Amino acid sequence: MSVPAIELRSITKTFGRITANKNINLTVNRGEILSILGENGSGKTTLMNMICGIYFPDHGQIFIDGKEVVIRSPRDSFEYGIGMIHQHFKLVDVFSAAENIILGMENSGRYNLKKSVEQIKKISDQYGFDIDPNKKIYEMSVSEKQTVEIIKVLYRGADILILDEPTAVLTPQETEKLFNVLRRMKEDGKSIIIITHKLHEVLSISDKVSVLRKGEYIGTLITKETNEEQLTEMMVGKKISLDIDRSEPVNCEDRLVISNLSCSNSDGISVLSDISFTAKSGEILGIAGIAGSGQKELLEAIAGLQKYDSGSIVYNNPKTGNADNLKGKTPLQIRELGVRLSFVPEDRLGMGLVGNMDITDNMMLRSYRKGKSAFLKRSGPRKLAEQVVSDLEVVTPGISTPVRRLSGGNVQKILVGREIAFAPTVFMAAYPVRGLDINSSYLIYNLLNEQKENGVAVIFVGEDLDVLTALCDRIMVLSSGRATGIVDAKTATKEELGRLMTKNSKGGTSDEE
Amino acid sequence: MKNKTGKVHEPLFHIVKRSALPFWKSWLFRILSLLAALVVCGIVIVTVTAENPLAMYKTMFEGAFGTARRRWSLLQDMAMLLCISLAVTPAFKMKFWNIGAEGQVLIGGLATAACMILFGEKLSPAVLYPLMAVTSILAGALWAVIPAVFKAKWNTNETLFTLMMNYIAIQLLSYFSYVWSNPKGSGKIGIINASSGAGWLPYIGNNKYLFNILVVLALTVFMYIYLKYSKHGYELSVVGESENTAKYIGINVKKVIIRTMLLSGAICGIAGLLLVAGANHTVSSNAADGRGFTAIMVSWLAKFNPAYMILTSLLLVFFDKGATEISTAFSLNDSFSEIISGIIIFFIIGSEFFINYEIKFREKEGAHVKAQKPAAPGPEIASESGKDGDSK
Repeated sequence: MSVPAIELRSITKTFGRITANKNINLTVNRGEILSILGENGSGKTTLMNMICGIYFPDHGQIFIDGKEVVIRSPRDSFEYGIGMIHQHFKLVDVFSAAENIILGMENSGRYNLKKSVEQIKKISDQYGFDIDPNKKIYEMSVSEKQTVEIIKVLYRGADILILDEPTAVLTPQETEKLFNVLRRMKEDGKSIIIITHKLHEVLSISDKVSVLRKGEYIGTLITKETNEEQLTEMMVGKKISLDIDRSEPVNCEDRLVISNLSCSNSDGISVLSDISFTAKSGEILGIAGIAGSGQKELLEAIAGLQKYDSGSIVYNNPKTGNADNLKGKTPLQIRELGVRLSFVPEDRLGMGLVGNMDITDNMMLRSYRKGKSAFLKRSGPRKLAEQVVSDLEVVTPGISTPVRRLSGGNVQKILVGREIAFAPTVFMAAYPVRGLDINSSYLIYNLLNEQKENGVAVIFVGEDLDVLTALCDRIMVLSSGRATGIVDAKTATKEELGRLMTKNSKGGTSDEE
Repeated sequence: MKNKTGKVHEPLFHIVKRSALPFWKSWLFRILSLLAALVVCGIVIVTVTAENPLAMYKTMFEGAFGTARRRWSLLQDMAMLLCISLAVTPAFKMKFWNIGAEGQVLIGGLATAACMILFGEKLSPAVLYPLMAVTSILAGALWAVIPAVFKAKWNTNETLFTLMMNYIAIQLLSYFSYVWSNPKGSGKIGIINASSGAGWLPYIGNNKYLFNILVVLALTVFMYIYLKYSKHGYELSVVGESENTAKYIGINVKKVIIRTMLLSGAICGIAGLLLVAGANHTVSSNAADGRGFTAIMVSWLAKFNPAYMILTSLLLVFFDKGATEISTAFSLNDSFSEIISGIIIFFIIGSEFFINYEIKFREKEGAHVKAQKPAAPGPEIASESGKDGDSK
């Protein structure tokens, strides 16, 4: 048995109270492809960041070629022949491919672009890349940019390549091309770690699979000896019963009708395609999916913050009985139509709250416009702030504390409290319990349930499948911007949801019924 | 690097953001840093000039406050600096980097001068004064709103744009200095309406500067209330802190940018009016005297609070006056006084660093390697990185 190219032994990393990685063990041999599989927040990226010197582990050891190493910075990791291809490319737009590739290389010699271009061509031929070294980055497609990133680490002589969700941005054809390149690298003796949550890709490319769940190491399997069911189960875990009360929905009316919604991001890549669903009053509609499957865009489209190419969002106003089309309307226009829409976005301090303002001023965001006066009236917001602080048990020195000083859970309570005080008819929340402790999480679930019982149409974007199946009435699953299914939460199993989450947009996974 | 236990040495010290110091403690830091600045200046003074630093500080003080005339001149300079600082503050609070106050003041001043030259002796004061006020305010506002419109519509870089607008203003001033030169051909405008005093702002109780000072005082109160208690002020803070939140809440970001820059430019226009009609009675391309840039420092040091800006503008003007005085009294050249004020300002700005951050030294053996690199998905760390983004 040869010495493994890289080996991790009981690596642990904590951020404050949160354990991102706990006793992780991994081994990759030369000429081997290892997949790391896990849901969002299972600690995949944190682990890889420790290998390439971005974080430093709290405990545990890393061995390269059997020797223990200390990786303190990305430069150290380069020296050990580790190269990481990040999910978000780190390239200079106005430079050419070749310039980007040699950027930051420390060599005593003079800058010799011609020689570098030749070497880049050699690498390209060897592994079957298709790239023009003189093309500028801003003229490139996403897959070309990724190629540049890969060549960059090869050019630096990396033997261990880490790819963080490389296929997330690629079309199926491009993915196939990438996999061919990876196979060629493997034959050349490189070790490859690929992070993904697409099961069929795991099965088609890797030799071994290591599964992480909630920061813990679950196990490593030989790909040939496993199948999708087993991997899904390892990834999502056994069903945990949560004690969340779920009342039967009553007086359900169609509140929001979304039909054939499609939209693309600024790069022209489709982020939502052909989504249709109905959010009903008195019901919690869950939205499940791997992060970045279009959840953010969907909620923002409803809130009037994201332009969409086609489709419609119609609001049935319970007061007037009108059906208003919200397409092309700004958040203010939507509100002026009498749509009482509350929205708890994912990035609380980036959108929704102002970190440097105190609790009172943050409460005022929703209400400050009221009245003709040019001046602010702080008495109402102050009362609301006091009420939210006491009702939701916010831990704060006082209501004049800037919200950025509060912990994540308390920030969330402030935001949720304000949005509920707005007396919504539609309440949307994206990952409202992310980073919250158990008690705060239950507080939020109860608030959502209360809204539902008050006849509000609640849309809940979540990542924890146990919570989704316990809290929601129906669950819509998104996968790569498509709705792969809407299921009854009472009967849905985690495996079923897991399959829908990883289902390939069209054609489905290999064992689809 | 080589370490058998798997642990790694922490760096000798690292810098940690403080969670908010009590009010008195932050002021203690500021006063201590001022004292430290005086000590360092003392060392520099002794080694370079062999003069007694205490005598020099005394001269400095006298230079600023020594006589009634000096005190009024100090107040006038302070008022002008404060006025321009008030003007840039709403823009900076909105994170619109308006470094074009210099040009906006010059254009306001030019508009005032134009009214005085063209209509000074033709119109009655009841018409002339409002005309001067309106044209200078409009001119300043126009100079500021052009970059704002481009920023709002096409997201151009406001820093470069406002800076370039300064040069246009300076060139216009040079041109009109030639057109209206008095005496002809001198290339200077000279004292406008020297005999009639038409268009000169009124003296209050024989005091040339009191009117200006009162106007700026009123503006300070206005700006304090505008920023803290008006809906406009609230909106511009939201836009400055987080454009996404502003959009989320339905604020029309473009409108706020344009509206705020109109106000910023208008106040610069008033500064131009006060400078030309109230103090200098003439205008030239260096009428603003770099105050458009110094004002940025006044505003930042006061953390955009108009009340504190009274203090910071006094401080900067005091050093300026005092330093000029020591260079004449001790027959040193100008550079020396600049060195002294440079050292003091450096310490004052430096104190803000120590108010915001703390330096932690490595703990002894057994210290755990932790948080060398912040920024992570945890909530604590998330709020931490939020802090890093804020203004210092």
